[in-house]
Amino acid sequence: MRRFEYHRADTLEQVSRLLTELGDDTFLFNGGTDLLVEIRERLRRVRHVVDIKQIPGMSDITYDETRGLSFGALVTVGRLERLPLVRKLYPNLCAALASLGSIQVRNRATVVGNVCRASPSADTIPPLIADGAFIHIYSTTNMRVVPLAEFFTGPGKTVLAKGEIVTGITVPPAADNAGKAYIKHGRRKAMELSTVGVAVSLCMDDGVCSDIRIALGAVGATVLRAPEAEAMLRGTKLDDAIVKSAANKAMEECTPISNVRASADYRRDMVGVLTGRAIKQALETFA
Amino acid sequence: MKRIVEFTVNGEEREMAVETCCSLLDALRDDVGLTGTKKGCDVGDCGACTVIVDGQPVNACLMLAVEAEGRTVETIEGLQPDVDVLHPLQDAFMRHGASQCGFCTPGILMMAKKLLEDNPNPTDEDIRFGLSGNICRCTGYTKIFDAIKSAALEMEAARS
Repeated sequence: MRRFEYHRADTLEQVSRLLTELGDDTFLFNGGTDLLVEIRERLRRVRHVVDIKQIPGMSDITYDETRGLSFGALVTVGRLERLPLVRKLYPNLCAALASLGSIQVRNRATVVGNVCRASPSADTIPPLIADGAFIHIYSTTNMRVVPLAEFFTGPGKTVLAKGEIVTGITVPPAADNAGKAYIKHGRRKAMELSTVGVAVSLCMDDGVCSDIRIALGAVGATVLRAPEAEAMLRGTKLDDAIVKSAANKAMEECTPISNVRASADYRRDMVGVLTGRAIKQALETFA
Repeated sequence: MKRIVEFTVNGEEREMAVETCCSLLDALRDDVGLTGTKKGCDVGDCGACTVIVDGQPVNACLMLAVEAEGRTVETIEGLQPDVDVLHPLQDAFMRHGASQCGFCTPGILMMAKKLLEDNPNPTDEDIRFGLSGNICRCTGYTKIFDAIKSAALEMEAARS
């Protein structure tokens, strides 16, 4: 492997200082499932890695009915995926977690790492955005909490400034009247990056959709919401006709590109198909 | 710069002197001398390097050796319960011809061991899901699945 210096940090303050002092070729080392591959395949120039896994207080997972689900930056995909509470209350997130890489990768990769990598095709991002998650950011001068939907600025790019570190994510509580789904579309079931990923989180009151969020993965520079499609669906009974027109609207709202995995036209078509399917799947919660 | 890493491998406390940028896979093979764990892709795609760290299967190529400090690592060399005694999975793999070139076998055996610990009676779907991070390029999956099902039955019979 290409050589790099390994640093082990014990506090967030120390990480922040190392990130600022060591220069641009310094990267946080958390799960490492992406970083070590990028180093080995020479996709990223890395001189220093800062291992954050010894820092206390970032391995917790908590849930309460007012705050919702919170998990620290060190929580692995596998650990969250195996929690019965996540399976029950966040089936959308659970589907995304279970579709990421392989079991071996999920035992190392962290959810926060998948999010911070800011890939438009990252599996965990659409369900977290559809659920209205928040991301917690540490810096030595200013701690802040940012809605996840405002965290990404482009492929691989986020609002994080130099020396800032994400400490965890909070997902609002799951209401009794909520339905959720995430559908990943790929060529195979495992070890696959999404060609398109669609997450839907909705609320039903007396058979009427009181709220809905649709998040589309791998069809834009960042994971996108489909605000016009959502507006068409709010206040309706989500019958087949309106779901079909909203799915068509979502196809207009996405901005896919063509790459090795699929063409832009195919991705746009699949947004139509999967948006309809994800809404139906989210509604099955009430069936 | 080399660091001394103390860890437990297959029940034995060991020390290894490793470069900080060395993967656990390279350290196991080159420094500890346990070459049963195979290097297939070296980027976490193939699962040939699967080892069990603190009870969870991981790709040894995607972990740094320095991260093994204080942890418990199980490799294919530790699968046999005793000298000249095979693990039921090893026995079943031989009887079913579940190994062709054999390069993926150590990783698959470690993954199957964990699978049967968590789920002693796996369905075909459970086995497929459990082995989805292990690639056999001889594509002999059918015999691998047969062997795992057969080992599960034997282990069940031995328990009752």
